[in-house]
Amino acid sequence: MSAAAIPAAGPVREPWWRGLGRFNVFTGIVLGIVGYVIGALVIGHVLSKGIPAMEETDQNDVEFVCGLLLGIIGFLVGMGFMNYPIARLSGAAPTLREKEEHGIARYFTLCTDHKVVGIQYLWGTLFFFLIAGLNAMLIRTQLLYPTEHFWSADNYITLVGLHGTMMMMMTTSMVLGPFGNYFVPVLIGAKRMAFPRIEALSFWLVPVAGIVLLSAVGAKGFPTGWTGYANLSVQAKLGMDCYLISFALIGISMALVGFNMLVTVYTMRAPGMTWTRLPIFVWAVIATAFLQLLAAPVLIAAMSLVLMDRVVGTTFFMPFSGGSPFLYENLFWFFGHPEVYILALPGFGLVLEILPVFTRKPLWGYRLAVAGLLGVALLSFFVWQHHLFVSGINPDLRPFFMFTTELISIPTAIVFLNAMGTLWGGKIRFTVPMLFALAFFFNFFIGGASGVFLSDAPSDVSTHGTFFVMAHFHYTIMGGLVFAFFGGLFYWFPKMFGVHLNERLGKLQFWFFFVFFNLTFFPLFAVGMLGQPRRVSAYAPSLQWLNDWVTASAYVLGFSFVIFVVNVFYSCFWQRRKPEPNPWHSKGIEWQLPTPIPVDNFARVPVINASPYEYGVPDAPLVANLNPTHAEVVTAGG
Amino acid sequence: MSSDDRLKPPPELRRIFWIWLVLSVIAVPLVVIFVGPALPPGSASDAAHGQQQDNTVMVAIVVPIMIGLLLYFIGSLIRFRSKDEVDGLTDGPATAGDPRVMVLWISVTFVIVLFLAAWGAYELFPGEDGAGGGLGSAPISVALPADASSALPVQVIGQQWTWTYRYPTYGGLETTELVLPVNQEVRFSVTSIDVIHSFWAINLAVKADAVPGTTNVAFVKPVREEASTIRCAELCGLWHGHMTSRLRVVSPAAFRVWIAHERAKWAPIQRYLPPYKPTYAPEPTYRG
Repeated sequence: MSAAAIPAAGPVREPWWRGLGRFNVFTGIVLGIVGYVIGALVIGHVLSKGIPAMEETDQNDVEFVCGLLLGIIGFLVGMGFMNYPIARLSGAAPTLREKEEHGIARYFTLCTDHKVVGIQYLWGTLFFFLIAGLNAMLIRTQLLYPTEHFWSADNYITLVGLHGTMMMMMTTSMVLGPFGNYFVPVLIGAKRMAFPRIEALSFWLVPVAGIVLLSAVGAKGFPTGWTGYANLSVQAKLGMDCYLISFALIGISMALVGFNMLVTVYTMRAPGMTWTRLPIFVWAVIATAFLQLLAAPVLIAAMSLVLMDRVVGTTFFMPFSGGSPFLYENLFWFFGHPEVYILALPGFGLVLEILPVFTRKPLWGYRLAVAGLLGVALLSFFVWQHHLFVSGINPDLRPFFMFTTELISIPTAIVFLNAMGTLWGGKIRFTVPMLFALAFFFNFFIGGASGVFLSDAPSDVSTHGTFFVMAHFHYTIMGGLVFAFFGGLFYWFPKMFGVHLNERLGKLQFWFFFVFFNLTFFPLFAVGMLGQPRRVSAYAPSLQWLNDWVTASAYVLGFSFVIFVVNVFYSCFWQRRKPEPNPWHSKGIEWQLPTPIPVDNFARVPVINASPYEYGVPDAPLVANLNPTHAEVVTAGG
Repeated sequence: MSSDDRLKPPPELRRIFWIWLVLSVIAVPLVVIFVGPALPPGSASDAAHGQQQDNTVMVAIVVPIMIGLLLYFIGSLIRFRSKDEVDGLTDGPATAGDPRVMVLWISVTFVIVLFLAAWGAYELFPGEDGAGGGLGSAPISVALPADASSALPVQVIGQQWTWTYRYPTYGGLETTELVLPVNQEVRFSVTSIDVIHSFWAINLAVKADAVPGTTNVAFVKPVREEASTIRCAELCGLWHGHMTSRLRVVSPAAFRVWIAHERAKWAPIQRYLPPYKPTYAPEPTYRG
């Protein structure tokens, strides 16, 4: 095991502006703008000629959508995604990967190094997470008063939609993007992902989707929240097209990620990396990848159908022309419920990955945990109508969907059992990642327990569509996924960046985050039960003091993220504490590698000799043999 | 560790179990007696009462689970915290899982789930309570309350951003305020003329989506005379938050007086209204 990083031979530096002319994010933006102009002012203009509802109004969806679509294609071409297919078509030899040189510039290009993509994902999703978080602050500001006070109703409703949609879009890749891309190949002993170019594409679709969604602000907003129910979405203003296109793009990105992860884990495990030695995080990624691969196409379909209703005059969802809003509800939630487990499952995997390290015990009930994760994934396809208990679609099926929904508590309870078993008898260290992982279980329990109330069809009649639901899914997604994300970030930051985040600031952030998260969202259960629907800009005056409490607490919650930002800057630029090679004394394979991990991860294909959780096992071998002999590779089945 | 030791749970776990048992035995009756009757959605109707019962049962189940988990987590975090730097880096025991614990855990959660599902399904049957949720356009007979045939039909029409009510048995009278007689089964037929809304009579614990082109039936029997608010519970555009309306539950006599007064008051314009229909299709426009 060589802990010292191999010093890179200094590449010959060229003037920075030279790089602007090549395929990178700047050429992407330029071609994107060119694409938009051509699409909107030429193609869209011609296509919408003679259609009075488009041409003679200030809402020419045809022009706008053509512009956006061509702009997106232009951006991707400018990023260089067409270079390789064109080169191959003109007879160039196949290559595996590209743009894997050193330097900051590679983060702004199509780079096929999975570690670069992981870091791109990290800062990309954090950036949009920050914007969506600021939206949440603005929403809470409005709710200080029971009537419109700070924002007009249409600005408010657009804020709500932006917050919800952006969070849903960004948190899908919040764990799988950074940690999945960065660590899955490392954890399974591979040198790359199965499809490096698709991996790069799946990332670059995310900022495009984010920008397209944000452009809704300049296109009169959209009034539907993140669910985009038809037929409200069909009558909405131009900004709706931004929602539809950006969500469809995220759907494409999700499906690509899922497909890529599945193939990678199936085909690229190192010799000796049997299914039972796979780190639990990788199992969670597999379960999530299945969901992404199977659910995201339904989202893409739903978004496309609404777009067609809006742009080319079809009537899939128009009730008085033969369509049905129910169709949209079913399509959306058939995607939408697996979607919430796309958010939650990587969080499960992360905390279960962190717990053994800081209890110094094997993961208790490894196989059961795997079964639990896959069980959640499977069941999540059979519950979608619990979002529609009062819609009148098919009330006779309510007992069935109530039962399947409540069944999901069995596999999730298994994850709790794994945690409880792992804690018992351990040597628990309260490091920052461990604190976040423990808080995950507290928050997720409250999220799950409130979910029982929502899954119960009679009780759901009152809680459906209220702040109760909103508090419930913030407990599972923010209290679950975001806590797990920060746990994972503090845990893996030394590996990813060679910098140890300050523990004291980390603990400060944790306690602010944990306390004020609960103070913010717990009262919202009461707010919902007492009769405040979601997404309202006006509510009953009697609920003002509760809402004010929540708003004040939400501000402090927002402040806890400032502590994180300060921590990152302080640790990276001021403290600059070089971490030990293995700061947490973990057995994980990633800590056997030098920091930063070299481009190819492993100089030679490693042989895996043990599971990463063999704490306390006498004479447990190192997880990976990084320099195996030929005979060892053959014995391990390579 | 001998096989004999493995059969008994460790003493710390037994202590946690006894503390849990005592706390739960104290907490559950307290929840049922004191918390339950205070839970939303109150008891202004049969549906509200049923849902309150449901909520009470679920709180009574969740509270012991929560107590148990908190005791276990806090207990083991205190008991097994590492003493110092060195201790924190020595390995704990390599216990990889006990199948009996797993079977026990899964069985217990499964029993709880089965009970919750069965109880919830039972509460859906109208019997005494009914659930107050939307039953679709043609509810099957088992979903109907016993006095469904004598129920007062009321049509609820949602549109951006107001509610309108029609009383088909009173000549299709159209009002903007919902008035209902107390102790009388009501049959709401909820529909919309533009986008999806959701009719939520908060205190009656009735919620039914208003979907254009179809009706959604919901039954409820108000049992208390009071005024309350109706809100829209499904995002329907700009003024969704303002889509409220007033609900008054009054005595049967007061209801007859009110409806006679309203009919007389609106008679001049009643004939310009469209005839009563289950759904209404607005004039088509290009964009819908």
